[in-house]
Amino acid sequence: MKNAIRIGAVVAASALALAACSSAPEETTSPESTGAATSETSESAMASVDYKACMVSDAGGFDDKSFNQSGYEGLERAESELGIEINTAESKDENDFGPNIDAMVADGCDMIITVGFLLADATATAAAANPDVNFALIDSTVDPAADNVKPILFETDQAAFLAGYVAAGTSESGTIGTFGGVNIPPVTIFMNGYLAGANYFNEETGGDVKVLGWDGETGSFTDTFDDVTKGQTAAKGELDQGADIIMPVAGPVGGGAQVAIQDNGSGWFIGVDQDWTKTTPDYTDIILTSVLKNIGNAVFDVIQAASVDGSFDSTPYEGTLENDGVGLAELNAAVPADVAGAVDGLKAGIIDGSISVAVN
Amino acid sequence: MSDDDKNPTTPDASQDGESSASADGTKKAAESSVLVGGSDDGGDAPTSAVTGESGEGGEPTTRSEDARSMLRQITESSTLVVILAILASLVIGGILIILASEEVRTAAGYFFSRPADTFSAMWDSVSSAYSAMWKGAFFNADADTFAAKVRPFINTLTMATPLIFAGLGLGIGFRAGLFNIGAQGQIIMGATVGAMVGFMWHLPVGLHLLVAILGCILGGAMWGFIPGILKAKTGAHEVITTIMLNYIALNLLAYLLTLDAFQRPDSDNPQTPILDANAQYPHVLGESFPLHLGFFVALLAAWGVWWLMERSTLGFQFRAVGANPSASRTAGMSVSKSTVLVMVIAGGLAGLAGSAQVLGTQPSLTTGIAASIGFDAITVALLGRSRPLGIVFAAILFGGLKASGPALQVQAGLPIDIVLVVQSLIVLFIAAPPLVRFLFRLPTPKHEKEVTV
Repeated sequence: MKNAIRIGAVVAASALALAACSSAPEETTSPESTGAATSETSESAMASVDYKACMVSDAGGFDDKSFNQSGYEGLERAESELGIEINTAESKDENDFGPNIDAMVADGCDMIITVGFLLADATATAAAANPDVNFALIDSTVDPAADNVKPILFETDQAAFLAGYVAAGTSESGTIGTFGGVNIPPVTIFMNGYLAGANYFNEETGGDVKVLGWDGETGSFTDTFDDVTKGQTAAKGELDQGADIIMPVAGPVGGGAQVAIQDNGSGWFIGVDQDWTKTTPDYTDIILTSVLKNIGNAVFDVIQAASVDGSFDSTPYEGTLENDGVGLAELNAAVPADVAGAVDGLKAGIIDGSISVAVN
Repeated sequence: MSDDDKNPTTPDASQDGESSASADGTKKAAESSVLVGGSDDGGDAPTSAVTGESGEGGEPTTRSEDARSMLRQITESSTLVVILAILASLVIGGILIILASEEVRTAAGYFFSRPADTFSAMWDSVSSAYSAMWKGAFFNADADTFAAKVRPFINTLTMATPLIFAGLGLGIGFRAGLFNIGAQGQIIMGATVGAMVGFMWHLPVGLHLLVAILGCILGGAMWGFIPGILKAKTGAHEVITTIMLNYIALNLLAYLLTLDAFQRPDSDNPQTPILDANAQYPHVLGESFPLHLGFFVALLAAWGVWWLMERSTLGFQFRAVGANPSASRTAGMSVSKSTVLVMVIAGGLAGLAGSAQVLGTQPSLTTGIAASIGFDAITVALLGRSRPLGIVFAAILFGGLKASGPALQVQAGLPIDIVLVVQSLIVLFIAAPPLVRFLFRLPTPKHEKEVTV
């Protein structure tokens, strides 16, 4: 036993020593490296704006494969492309919201982006106490509206409508499914659009595609954004009821549906928030498409407007099909050509208002 | 010494301890007097009177006896062990901070070219982390105004408030021999009832707060009564029932929050309206500081619990039942009555922890209202050795660790996980006194208890 420990220690020490053999960096690198950074970002003509944008997550953290992560990616993009400073704080639970925002204010942030409706009250309080700091709140408004809080909202039902249409047109069994993480508006808005899109397909083509898991009022929810096995169970249940395409709106829990579909041997998956062929490339062959909610772009745009152009107002940012705040990822080749061809027309119809994405 | 090492896991074999101590003579007595001194510091010397006698021989050791003795061993470990446990966890936390630091890893890559870089990066990462912890939790010397300087400590006390309440409740249970895991559910129910009073009713100043506090106590006490009565009447084990009641409370709240009556007008978010200002604890140091009246209610509750456990007949019964239910029954005490009452009081205190949330810092009910307080409070109660004063200090320590989270992330750029790791390490060391004694080469305190008696 003692020998084993000794041998292990020697091995570990030599590994460390080998790893430590590379040469030290030159010490006078700072002017060069800033020069390089400037040339990289020169296309935006804005080298190192003196601006600090900060972000406070909700309890999901910045690795939630959902809105915290998308928002964080937008913040990082702003850091590298605009040359601004950034800072982030993750909240472990609700008691952290206020203190995290206060710490950001104390850190001298010019803009503080808070993620999710749970942070709305804490954001409103901090905004009232710090009128000089700008705030942006993802997925929620503050009540009453404040001059220094910009809500970032998304009409994801527009994009989910397209997904519902594509799913209904692709389904061979005539049944498609969805389930949500928790019954809250940012989740059910996807399911509403999906249902409306499938209904629209039925009206247009005289089809009879059924939607499992959401009827416009109630539906199937895993009640968690963490427990992936519950996503698997929910998806399995819908597959057993004949669904062959499933759109989970449950953050990482949606990954459980991929496992269930793969185990099932047939069926398609529709991702939400991000392009799942990029976040889960192993499952590309079962991903029909993804409903994109481009939080990252929205965060970037709001930061860019405030830092580079110096313009900030409390008018909500509305992500729509028109401004590419929401959209549909590339369709899998399995989507019938006539269905895929109809998508652009639908999109135009939604943008000009001739097609309603509300559930009838 | 070798005699000690053989049976560190049977601290209740007090007779055995007595004989070996007398046999080994004075040197060992001198060694262990260090520990006795340590335990006196906690100001709880007379409290072990009942528990100290319980281990006497001849009793069959059943499984629940083992569990109880383990609990006792943890709750009665000496102050010195607690302090050393905190020290050890800070050291190991420091090592983890070094490992987590990108600068250190970069510098270690060329260790042999310029070793000083590695050491200075190590020092920077640890010192910046612990100084951010200090600044975030206690005193921020860099701030401009006095108010901003002391603000971190005010935050710490605010964060500690619900932990004090819930820790007190759990501490009573632990000393009465009940391993109550249900504080989480009791907090949720307390907060739910209190919040309903807070946003559905509209009462005058003073009265509204009082009724809302009573609502919190009632909600928690009700959720404590259930496992209490189940244990007393059917023998159902409180660990199982309280864990299940935690789930029931959480999902019940999640259901309630889907109802329109529990949502804000024109919103479908699972979030109640903000409670009436009349129903919220007033901020005692002005609006710019988060400290609310609940903190002082918590101190009052700590005094009340001390009085109950140390000065009242009822408290004596609780402790007696905790030490030895059979002997207490023989002595004419009602074990079932004690069990139910302990759980109701513990639930009421946990309900007050809910009030510190919903009437204090988070005046709107959501499913996350209880955060992880119910579970953190178990640690707090164990760390405070189930004594009110100890719990208050342990809660402030934990409040400080929580309050330092934002500073650690924002100033030192450390992930929040490191704070959790340090917290968990403290728990780990506290829960295993023999481990700390081993690390610091302390002697096993065999007759600590006889001396405190």
